Amino acid sequence: MKTLITLRVNGKEHEVNVDPQTPLLYVLRNNLGLKGPKFGCGLSQCGACMVLFDGKANPSCLIAVERAAEMEITTLEGLADENGNLHKVQQAFVEEQAAQCGYCLNGLVMASVGLLNEKPNPSDKEIQAGLYRNICRCGVHARVIRAVKKASAL
Amino acid sequence: MATSFIGKPKNRVDGRDKVTGAAKYTAEFHRPGLLHGVVISGTIAKGRIKNIDTATALEIKGVIEVFTHNNTPGLAWLDLSYKDMDAPPGDPFRPLHNDKIQFNMQPVALVVADSLELAQYAATLVKVDYEVEKHRTELADHLADSIEGKGLRAGFTPPQSIGNFKEAYADAEVKIEAEYSHGAEHHNPMEMHASTVFYEEDGSLTVYDKTQGVLNSQHYISMVFGLSKKKVRVLSPFVGGAFGSALRPQYQLFMATLAALQLKRSVKVELTRPQMFSFGHRPITIQNLKLGATTKGKIEAISHQAYSETSTFEKYVENIVNWSAKLYDCGNIEQIYKLVRLDVYTPLDMRAPGGATGMYALEAAMDELAYKLKMDPLELRLKNYTEEDMSDGKPFSTKTLRECFKQGAERFGWEKRNPEPRSMKDGNHFTGWGMATGVWDAMQVPARAKAEFSADGTLRVGSATADIGTGTYTIMTQIAAETLGLPLEKVTAELGDSDLPFAFIEGGSSTAASVGSAVQKVCRKIAKKLLKEAGKIKDSPFKGAGLEDVVFSDEKISDKNDPSVNMTFSEIMKSRDLEKIQKKYMLLPNMMNQRKYNRNTHSAVFAEVKVDEDLGTIKVTRIVSAIDGGRILNLKTAHSQILGGVVWGISMALHEDSFMDHNFGRFINHDLSKYHVSVNADMPDVDILFVEEPDHVVSSLGAKGIGEIGMVGVAAAISNAVYHATGKRIRSLPLTLDKAMTETAI
Amino acid sequence: MRPFSFTKAGDKATAIKVISEAEEGKFIAGGTNLLDLMKFDIMHPAHLVDITGVALKNIEALEGGGLRLGALASNADTAYHTEVEKRYPLLSQAILAGASPQLRNKATDGGNLLQRTRCYYFYDPATPCNKREPGTGCSAINGYNRWHAIFGASEECIATHPSDMCVALAALEAKVQVTGPDGDRIIPFEDFHRLPGNTPEKDSNLYENEMITAIDLPPKGFSENFTYIKNRDRASYSFALVSVAVGLDIKEGKIMEARIVLGGVAHKPWRNKEAEALLENMKSTKKNFENVADAIVSEAKAYEYNQFKIELARRSIIRALMQAAKTEE
Repeated sequence: MKTLITLRVNGKEHEVNVDPQTPLLYVLRNNLGLKGPKFGCGLSQCGACMVLFDGKANPSCLIAVERAAEMEITTLEGLADENGNLHKVQQAFVEEQAAQCGYCLNGLVMASVGLLNEKPNPSDKEIQAGLYRNICRCGVHARVIRAVKKASAL
Repeated sequence: MATSFIGKPKNRVDGRDKVTGAAKYTAEFHRPGLLHGVVISGTIAKGRIKNIDTATALEIKGVIEVFTHNNTPGLAWLDLSYKDMDAPPGDPFRPLHNDKIQFNMQPVALVVADSLELAQYAATLVKVDYEVEKHRTELADHLADSIEGKGLRAGFTPPQSIGNFKEAYADAEVKIEAEYSHGAEHHNPMEMHASTVFYEEDGSLTVYDKTQGVLNSQHYISMVFGLSKKKVRVLSPFVGGAFGSALRPQYQLFMATLAALQLKRSVKVELTRPQMFSFGHRPITIQNLKLGATTKGKIEAISHQAYSETSTFEKYVENIVNWSAKLYDCGNIEQIYKLVRLDVYTPLDMRAPGGATGMYALEAAMDELAYKLKMDPLELRLKNYTEEDMSDGKPFSTKTLRECFKQGAERFGWEKRNPEPRSMKDGNHFTGWGMATGVWDAMQVPARAKAEFSADGTLRVGSATADIGTGTYTIMTQIAAETLGLPLEKVTAELGDSDLPFAFIEGGSSTAASVGSAVQKVCRKIAKKLLKEAGKIKDSPFKGAGLEDVVFSDEKISDKNDPSVNMTFSEIMKSRDLEKIQKKYMLLPNMMNQRKYNRNTHSAVFAEVKVDEDLGTIKVTRIVSAIDGGRILNLKTAHSQILGGVVWGISMALHEDSFMDHNFGRFINHDLSKYHVSVNADMPDVDILFVEEPDHVVSSLGAKGIGEIGMVGVAAAISNAVYHATGKRIRSLPLTLDKAMTETAI
Repeated sequence: MRPFSFTKAGDKATAIKVISEAEEGKFIAGGTNLLDLMKFDIMHPAHLVDITGVALKNIEALEGGGLRLGALASNADTAYHTEVEKRYPLLSQAILAGASPQLRNKATDGGNLLQRTRCYYFYDPATPCNKREPGTGCSAINGYNRWHAIFGASEECIATHPSDMCVALAALEAKVQVTGPDGDRIIPFEDFHRLPGNTPEKDSNLYENEMITAIDLPPKGFSENFTYIKNRDRASYSFALVSVAVGLDIKEGKIMEARIVLGGVAHKPWRNKEAEALLENMKSTKKNFENVADAIVSEAKAYEYNQFKIELARRSIIRALMQAAKTEE
């Protein structure tokens, strides 16, 4: 049964008319056209769909949109400022060439932002732990760690 | 010069799009009214469908249609029509063709509905009844029933024995014989396979497909559905990883196209993660290696035999047993390659197909021989180093492997190694050092490119190739910018569109050498035209000048000897009243010259592991990979390619294993929490170095492709290091803890 | 996913009332396991009762020296709680060995107890599974059973419980507070989960429509001599093949009390009290530890692909005891 739900995404309110149990990821991608968060498994196993919930990174594929309505959601699209200046984590990912195919990148960027929100100067080990459920198949892990280090210094 | 880019560590041109979410992948294209298709996968390995009950699903409002073999119209009746450009010999699988089940998880129906959620729900309501037949899926049980591993396929070299192995082996002073095996693997790119088919008003199709070759997908649709190529445009601007899984059109493309044409609506079909285990995989092999040598370590005899699986309908072949002749100076080499037909889907090229698995066995056997000889494994390889391929006697176009060994060993500190197993203990952990060699083909294939230079100083270059994360956009941009002397920002590279000039499927590490060279050549044509036009300007200093007399840089043409004599591109375009210069180029490899050489990339891989022999835990702590990859076009993208290959090697060595339950003939660990790939916490320190020597036989750029070589040899180096750590020789991958636990512990 | 209805409950009484009235109802809190099972079409409740609004998030001291973990406290908050870190470090260690930080942010302590097995066959509706569909048979028993049980299994089911946290809770002898239509009760941890027997569809001894409200930790936390070892197939993000939680109470060089609980080897955290008693009043020597390890694994029974687990369990027990007792080789 469809219901009107108000979501707070990237600082703006959005009204969507959906089944309240729809996974948030589908609503972000299909209703709001936010393709930053990626569908990589739909089972909370790969991390590609991460968004920030009140500043903490979590997968969005297994949370009902209704429950997400209580939180401030930030997606990849909401990181850069209004002038298009990249967030420091995004900038560091570009400079350290942390992108290959780019599909897992949303999750890695969001998890890194979430990590730096909690720990502004993480050690390599803490970065590995903080990103440890973001699966990357191209194998850019080492570059991601460097990028997070770089971002933490910016 | 500000416009010199080749060989530099340049950022990806698509980096920003990827970190902001602006890069759009196949399933992200949308139009109002788009329908969603969900595939229903079969649950038996062999038999036939007795009945499919779709009535309940169809009763749901919003469910448009359920396609099964019962209501799929007769399509191309020739098997041949289903043959894509990368198809191995045989009869390709035809989705929804009849009631026959040929492998487990075979697609048996497509549910199409207004929304994805609805289609998913309706799919749970479709009931399929099967008549089960006895299947055979276990390779080891059917070795006696094998066929020869032969057949025509691009990139495949049939086994070729030389000399007299049997005699030489019988006479050898020192011998080893060992059997190696490994599990099946699935590519599992992070992006699922998907096709979005837009049905246009005039009945033509605009297809977004996850593919490594838009022209292959276009060809397939056109042949199978009998459509003119003019009515099918296939696009694939960004691919979320593929590793070989998107070389061939997969069944979601068929499904989405079928539904779109039948319903005259736009349809998207995206597979689920479990369904990513329902088509091709890296085939299981069982390999037998026999090496014979003199007591001084000169190899006299090599036998490499492999049994591998294929499907009942196609004969999948790859180069598993052919590599030793390229590496070792030995006159008696036996190569035996056999296939066993099983009730599985046809195996599919997966990063370094054949090389990753064949070289694992060969290089693990070399380590065993070194120990038997009491010889350093690196010394053994140097002692038997060859400057020519033993099977044809031809030299290599370039080969810097000797230098790779030297520099890699130095970087790793190999000379400090105590050869004795179990010689480095730290608490509960034994440290082990191992090494191995890698080799892969350096291919160049035909490719076309076009370029268009505009009066505003911008350049567009295009070719129907793909960027599967490898950096093709960036390389094309760099090459074009440097060739013409433009800043990177003024160059736009276009790919992944069947309207662009022809390029082969992106695979086998051939793209940089092929498309890259075509881009270079087409830009030279533009340069030539610009120079010619410059010469026509009144009092031009470039009248009658040739390309060899001038330099193209910083958006101008300069006299080679006197840079103060120059003309800007805009000046030329303006004076000559030109709006655009358009050129096309078709690159044909110089076969006459290339045939005189063997063209390969090489690597020397050194690995350090720490093994807890009581609990069997293996941690890879350090990898040094020295690469012979010709001229490196972009240090950053090249480094990433090798790094990715190394991670794949670690993952293959320690984790990856699609295991099949043979009671059901079904891969049973079909999701990412049960199919293990290496994660962040498994990552060691990886040190990559390139020993460059431009290879102008392979390409005018001097580049050899490097997409695969990074992976080859890594699993063997790790396996050899594990032996050095604990003294226990494990001959099957992955090296899981149960195999690594030693007898001697607690 | 199949359609389902959904109610939010703001307090315990409402939650129990709603679920008692619903057909095929389930509680949902973190949802980390239930939703993924629903996506796989393995569980299909018709009604979900969201209890995240119920005030059960607190971690608070108990009279008499224990600690109460609210059922809705997150695994992450529990692991990093100062009292837990200080007094029950075994529990922190086990939780942190478990899932990823992201997962722990959402997963609740109550939900952790109720997570279901990760048996391949349970997750694949194309294969028979008595736990998923009673009476269809067990595919694992003659199938690929590398992850499966070596203790307490039955002909009907050889699945294992995947939790790390529960292994530590069993070692600490936690008590589970539950409430239901017939009122409140307390379940000792060892009785909370059950062996499969011939009803493997039941993971725990919770009655229908009961919910967990808290997990009580007794005063004794073994904070001096403890360890949690987890053996798995990759460095993170995988479930235990064999894990061991050990807590030792050592006074003047002698072991007063030993707790040894294994994870990943049975349908519930596996504990053998008679074997533990072998260590009472004994010294922390490798020999003594080997004896107890031998006693524990003597009851093990393996299948085709999990033979190695018996020896791995034996070695892990010895290693864990040595680490906990700080015994040198």
